[in-house]
Amino acid sequence: MLRLIARRLALGVLVALTVMTLAFLLTRLSGDLAVSIAGPQATQADVEIIRKAYGLDRPLYVQFFAWTGRAMVGDFGQSYFFKDSVANLIQKRLPITLTLGLVGLSLALLISLPLGILAALRENTWIDRGVTLFTMVGQAVPSFWLALILMIVLGLQLGILPISGTGTWQHFVMPGIVLAFTAIPALTRLTRSGMIEAMASDYIRTARAKGLSRARIIFKHALRNAAIPVVSIAAVQLGFMLGGSIVIETVFALHGVGYLGWESIAKNDFPVVQAVVLVLAVFYIGLTLLADILNALLDPRLRTG
Amino acid sequence: MSEPIAIQAPQPSSIGSSRIGAAGFAIGIAIVAIVLAAALVGNALVPQDPFTQDLGNRLKPPFWMEGTQPGHWLGTDQLGRDYLARLVYGARISLLIGIMTVITSGLIGITLGVLGGFFGGRVDDFVLFAITTRLSIPVVLVALAVVGLMGSGLGLVVATLGLLLWDRFAVVARATTMQVRNHDYVSAAWCAGASMPHILIKEILPNIASHLAVVATLEMALAILLEAALSFLGLGVPPPLPSWGLMIAEGKDYMFFSPWVIMIPGVALAVLVLGINLVGDGLRNLLGAERLR
Repeated sequence: MLRLIARRLALGVLVALTVMTLAFLLTRLSGDLAVSIAGPQATQADVEIIRKAYGLDRPLYVQFFAWTGRAMVGDFGQSYFFKDSVANLIQKRLPITLTLGLVGLSLALLISLPLGILAALRENTWIDRGVTLFTMVGQAVPSFWLALILMIVLGLQLGILPISGTGTWQHFVMPGIVLAFTAIPALTRLTRSGMIEAMASDYIRTARAKGLSRARIIFKHALRNAAIPVVSIAAVQLGFMLGGSIVIETVFALHGVGYLGWESIAKNDFPVVQAVVLVLAVFYIGLTLLADILNALLDPRLRTG
Repeated sequence: MSEPIAIQAPQPSSIGSSRIGAAGFAIGIAIVAIVLAAALVGNALVPQDPFTQDLGNRLKPPFWMEGTQPGHWLGTDQLGRDYLARLVYGARISLLIGIMTVITSGLIGITLGVLGGFFGGRVDDFVLFAITTRLSIPVVLVALAVVGLMGSGLGLVVATLGLLLWDRFAVVARATTMQVRNHDYVSAAWCAGASMPHILIKEILPNIASHLAVVATLEMALAILLEAALSFLGLGVPPPLPSWGLMIAEGKDYMFFSPWVIMIPGVALAVLVLGINLVGDGLRNLLGAERLR
């Protein structure tokens, strides 16, 4: 168990370092950064001043090691646009993205667990087919479009939720619903297939033979085993959701890390872009590590090795 | 040791009874065929031009609403351009991006997956590491950053998505290659003196191709949705090209008074993606009958 965690941790660190390198190279793709920061109206002299001021005149490898060295201790440099340190900016925006992610995941689990169980217990009935149809449609609907539809219906026509912004808890409801929808199809299908498999297994037959009640069989025995992959995948899904929240945050003008990323891409604010890519990647790496550990803890068969 | 959860190959799950599954497969093929036909010959059939502006006829509603303009079946957009002509042209963009992305990402992912699955050991360690790294990169953010920094354009969107969406190809190619590499026909090919490339291309690939076809449909659907999202955020296909995502973005400012400007391209997008996914599910069910031994 400890060996497994240690190996995964080492892998995670290595992946994080690679992502760091890629994030650095990514922002150098545009060619000359000094020109893009200076903007189209700048003179050659302005560009040279900016090149010096931002240390872009140094060789690429020097810039890279300077950046990684400081990033390791949480110093991502200064934002060019916001006149604040990148670390501060991210620290201010992170709680919003994390709240959105947790709201989205909770909603997704609240909807997909019962739906998946229901579909499995009523396998091959119209209920099962209805759930399957729902997951297929859910997979096909673009999240930004669903967001706009909710704005029209819940925001304008019913007038019960604010259309965009960050102020109150109500601002998280619509983005949370949209984000949940990105995870519901996969989680529902997984719950359904896990539950079907569990209900067909030997230990359920034994439990039936012992004369246990149906509710007890379903919730105590079958669900516990069906839930193992769902719990682990849910952690991975949360990582994807945090990374994918950029579209939803932008549509709803919710000022989280994703929105920050979008703003800084539009403003050519490359220290922020680098840092946001890295932070979201580190969250994903951490959550997949958690998923693997949870999986090992919940499933005794995986504990050795 | 078990593999990381995020990398485990998706298990094929059957969808309902085979009759319903077959119906879904047929519907999916029909949807994809219709969109493909629209993309290929649609603009020859629609009399209007997708780019011609007519500011006197802005935001005319489609045929089922009042105040519709004859000749503009799906109405006109905020610049008076015919919505049907733009929608049909948009099908071309969606399909083109979907197919090109799948070709690019398929080449990368299948190469990595087959090599890792066949050789194992160090090669496989590297492939696993590459997949893990790729999965931890936030796709939308990085795609936005690349397009934002390098300038928008159809080719760049395809290249970016192709470089980002190969993970599932690699995961499935790797897992299936591992299953077939020990089969008798592979050993027989060895004994017959076949070369390594010959075995990989002539023996392994054909036997995992059906699984890869399922992945291709999933990735194509994903690529189409991502292109729409990028174009919606203004960093995908540049105007005046009528990408469906861009049409939704342009209609967004008018959606509270003329909701159909976002309804029409949004429904088109959802129906196309649903169709592609139904085809994928149909293929998967066909596979279920002859699951890997």
